[in-house]
Amino acid sequence: MQRLGQSFMTRFLPILTVVVAIVLVWYAAAIGMNAAWQNDVYRRGDVANVPFTQFVLDTWSQDKPVLPAPHQVAIEVWNATAMVAPNKPRSLLFHAWVTFSATGLGFVMGSLLGIGLAVLIVHNEAMNRSLMPWIVASQTIPILALAPLIVVIGFNIFTGTIGIPTDPARLLSKAIISAYLSFFPVAVGMVKGLRSPEAIQLDLMHTYNATPSQVFWKLRWPASVPYLFASLKVGVAASLVGAIVGELPTGAVAGLGARLLAGSYYSQTTQIWSALVVASMLAALLVAAVGVVEKLVNRAMGARPA
Amino acid sequence: MTAVVSARHLGLTFRTNDGDVVALSDVDLEIGKGEFVSFIGPSGCGKTTFLRTIADLEQPTSGTLTVNGQTPETARRDRSYGYVFQAPALYPWRTIEKNVALPLEIMGYSAPQQAERIGRTLDLVNLSGFEKKFPWQLSGGMQQRASIARALAFDADLLLMDEPFGALDEIVRDHLNSELLKLWAATGKTICFVTHSIPEAVYLSTKIVVMSPRPGRVTDVIESDLPRERPLDIRETPEFLAIAARVREGLRAGHSYDEGAV
Repeated sequence: MQRLGQSFMTRFLPILTVVVAIVLVWYAAAIGMNAAWQNDVYRRGDVANVPFTQFVLDTWSQDKPVLPAPHQVAIEVWNATAMVAPNKPRSLLFHAWVTFSATGLGFVMGSLLGIGLAVLIVHNEAMNRSLMPWIVASQTIPILALAPLIVVIGFNIFTGTIGIPTDPARLLSKAIISAYLSFFPVAVGMVKGLRSPEAIQLDLMHTYNATPSQVFWKLRWPASVPYLFASLKVGVAASLVGAIVGELPTGAVAGLGARLLAGSYYSQTTQIWSALVVASMLAALLVAAVGVVEKLVNRAMGARPA
Repeated sequence: MTAVVSARHLGLTFRTNDGDVVALSDVDLEIGKGEFVSFIGPSGCGKTTFLRTIADLEQPTSGTLTVNGQTPETARRDRSYGYVFQAPALYPWRTIEKNVALPLEIMGYSAPQQAERIGRTLDLVNLSGFEKKFPWQLSGGMQQRASIARALAFDADLLLMDEPFGALDEIVRDHLNSELLKLWAATGKTICFVTHSIPEAVYLSTKIVVMSPRPGRVTDVIESDLPRERPLDIRETPEFLAIAARVREGLRAGHSYDEGAV
């Protein structure tokens, strides 16, 4: 019990402190940022001499605040998740699922592409020289400039030339943006990981007269696993960003990005913030999921417990 | 005796940005079957380079070298030697038994053959019972024993060992030295052993090759007449000390030769 209490103190107390600090700053900021509108409301209603506590409570309960208070966001998230059937467009779970499916597909595509590129680069000096600059250059283009192109052109090709129905085509277009963002950390991390075996470990393989594929599967690949998971964590978060960006500029009707955009059209700040909160929770869940897989793999590979 | 390793006027020059470095110069050496040969000398004398050349990890630039009468490359392709490095070089994601299995997997041994060989070689290096442990769970000495088991697991008659006990403390080293002698007696393998330590070289070897640096070359080859059966206290006997003195003299001669050049 003593140890349990202690681990709670050391693990959660710092996190809790930061959360409390953020919430306090948030409430304070909400007063300041909503004050102008609140004063306007009082003036129009000919209300004077409002006590300060009343004024504060009013700034925290506006319909369309500049900055909604944390409890307003929390209530909106609750109403849009627990209180609505998850298959209704009112539900944030519905939108989260749409974004998640594009994220997941893009993450798988991007990771496979990243690993594939890393394998080529490590095994072929010409590939190393020719591919690496392009891989780096690909990430210097703002994704916001590229996303509409990919979504519109991709969508037209998928539905027109290839003849895929609209929903899968939309999903695939978004997934391509996710993949575009997530392949980069995986490629860079895996190049480093596949090159991580020491000289004597490679010499050992040479003395056994091992084939290149044996060197890869028995040495380079297992040696790269720690690098792979570090990259995957960055990659999965980047995938989510890609999927949301893919929903922003294209008139998409579903997904957290569409929800953000709709909120901004109608000045529904609480809706924007609740979509943001759900997006960040989704990101945390995705990174945590990669972390769980990493733990399981590490245990199977006999890693020393930290 | 048939020569397992035969070097004729062997030379190896590394080309570096700071100019050529002569690692081996005009090395002549015959190593017979079943011998235990130690290579001793200061850093930079080419003893490790010579071992790596036998293993086809470095390419000679002049002279000839044969291993089992073949080129080093053919010998390597035939998997005719096991190599033990300075560090254990165990793969951390494999258990001890899986590490020993590594060469067997690569060479295509069947599962029952693998199991039999793993059991036999781990027994040989006294690591039975540690099959399922991961390398980090073992001490440095045990890790190096596991790497020796790995080199013994397949049927190579030649064992190349590059300062395998260099990183271990004196007590562990003494213990592993006497175990290595027993292992040599039990398997009848030919062993080439690189070391910095005079007592280790004299205690283990039937032949001691004294080398000196810049350029790396052989200055003396000493045939040891100590009996094959060697308890640890043989190191106090006059015969042992006489051989050690000759090794030390050889090392000193190589060194003084060098001083004028530096």
